[in-house]
Amino acid sequence: MTAFLQQLVNGLSLGSIYALIALGYTMVYGIIKLINFAHGDVYMLGAYCAFLITTYCGLGFIPALFISMIFCGVVGVLIERIAYKPLRHATRITALITAIGVSYVLEYATQYIMGSEVRTYPKLLTSASFHLGPVTITMQQVYIFVITVILMVVLQFIVQKTKMGRAMRAVSVDEDAARLMGIDVDKTISFTFLLGSALAGVAGVLVGIYYNSINPLMGMTPGLKAFIAAVFGGIGSIPGAMIGGLFIGIAETMVTAYGSSLYKDAIVYIILILILILKPAGLLGKNVREKV
Amino acid sequence: MRKELLNKANLAWLLLSIVSFVVLSILMKVGIIGSYYSITLYNIFINIILAVSLNLVIGVCGQFSLGHAGFMCIGAYCAGIMVKMMPNMTGLAIGVLIGFALSTIVALIVSIPTLRLKGDYLAIATLGFAEIVRILVQNMEITNGAAGLNGIPKLTTFPLLFVCAVIAILVVCNFTHSAPGRACLSIREDEIASEAMGINTTKYKVIAFVIGALLASLAGALFACNFYVIKPDQFTFNKSIDILVMVVFGGMGSMTSSVLAAVAIGIINVVLANFSEIRMIIYGLALVGIMIFKPTGILGTKELSFKKLFDKRKEKSA
Repeated sequence: MTAFLQQLVNGLSLGSIYALIALGYTMVYGIIKLINFAHGDVYMLGAYCAFLITTYCGLGFIPALFISMIFCGVVGVLIERIAYKPLRHATRITALITAIGVSYVLEYATQYIMGSEVRTYPKLLTSASFHLGPVTITMQQVYIFVITVILMVVLQFIVQKTKMGRAMRAVSVDEDAARLMGIDVDKTISFTFLLGSALAGVAGVLVGIYYNSINPLMGMTPGLKAFIAAVFGGIGSIPGAMIGGLFIGIAETMVTAYGSSLYKDAIVYIILILILILKPAGLLGKNVREKV
Repeated sequence: MRKELLNKANLAWLLLSIVSFVVLSILMKVGIIGSYYSITLYNIFINIILAVSLNLVIGVCGQFSLGHAGFMCIGAYCAGIMVKMMPNMTGLAIGVLIGFALSTIVALIVSIPTLRLKGDYLAIATLGFAEIVRILVQNMEITNGAAGLNGIPKLTTFPLLFVCAVIAILVVCNFTHSAPGRACLSIREDEIASEAMGINTTKYKVIAFVIGALLASLAGALFACNFYVIKPDQFTFNKSIDILVMVVFGGMGSMTSSVLAAVAIGIINVVLANFSEIRMIIYGLALVGIMIFKPTGILGTKELSFKKLFDKRKEKSA
């Protein structure tokens, strides 16, 4: 039982990171129906940005977090403006191939500039830990969880209560109708990319701290897992992404603990195929009929 | 035009393939294509099979698959294991057949639930399945784990490879011109409209997907018997993207351009062999650029067709 609780805590902190990335996927998919393959690489850039800031400028955790948030947000908007905007009305395959191209460019350009070796992340947070009953919780895990919860609350507030959030929801329901109502669709889509990429930037910094190492290809697998988390929760749904992220994180740590760590990636893909067979709209997704 | 097997266009194709086969064989015998470049040539032919089979799924049927490396992996390991037990052509044939059977089963399992859905689910599901295959291969006893299979006898000869590539092209082209192929084309153009015309969209999508998977597993088998060694990390997501790049560069839906793109990229890879990172950046930029400026690919859906060539000449003389 103790081991189970311990794994649950570990799973929650890993899951909150997945949830942060999944939010970006789900918002972008909700608004322009594109699987943004480059999202995982934006998260990698976030990790590298904070790495450079803390190592070479000597700044602390909080400034580094904010700077990489802004950096990733800008990168996200640039990607959208340069690569995705000209293809807004192209077929889905076209957009998807573009997204894969962008992801390749980000990965290998980073590898070219920074080198392909794994970098050790600076110690930004205390590695202290405390005991809660039989379970050991590190302060890093607490930070990760608290930061994730705060960001999700802020995001939920932006989407539900602000004017921009209302515009985002309107565009995701019907782009043309939203345009007719006087919403600046381009600005709203860029704003969505800004939010999603900023969250990915935070996730990148947190992962760097959690695993202590970063490399230029680190975005691929967590990116895919986060996407699966978004599909699991119901793509387009923000609470769904949070639940999906936590679920995938917990499932992965449980398989590592009780099965074999070799299969921890396989379980995530099996979950994906199961959810596509059983409930393709996801846990919280709505079944939308396609209109001609 | 009458329907004859030996009409002028078909004879022209036959002549073209025989001539190219003879020329390439002579070039290799004489040594103009040295041993280093003949490896490239073998690679190009394997890539032709892969590109043409993926083009069937993406270009003809309009379904986005990112798991081609997975089917290639299945084919490679089935053939590799069989050939190690029975190092002759019979072994290879049995291995290829087992690979076919396994790929069909897997392709059906992946495609039937996901192809019912519209949208991009197939891309993610195939990607996930390819990873599952790789992880299984990495952890199984019979596949020798992450170290991979060593000492596979080299059974892939140039004639065998050439014939397989021609068969792959024939299968895909004839499928495209058949009734199910036409159904696939209409699904690519407009899925809802074709459904309204009474086409069982899921069925035809699954057929195209399974044929693509079979050809990919054949390519995998030839791959395994060509390079002595196969390892799980040869069949990653990046391999799927390499194949995708060929299909997209040439033009989705055109087999001629897939073949040309496979040849061109094979040559580019040799030229840029020492700059692998730059090569990847160029691929990425090229993918984005082509999609933005010429989404149909360099050649679009144009095909080299002797039939049209002859028809045009007849019109001129008439």
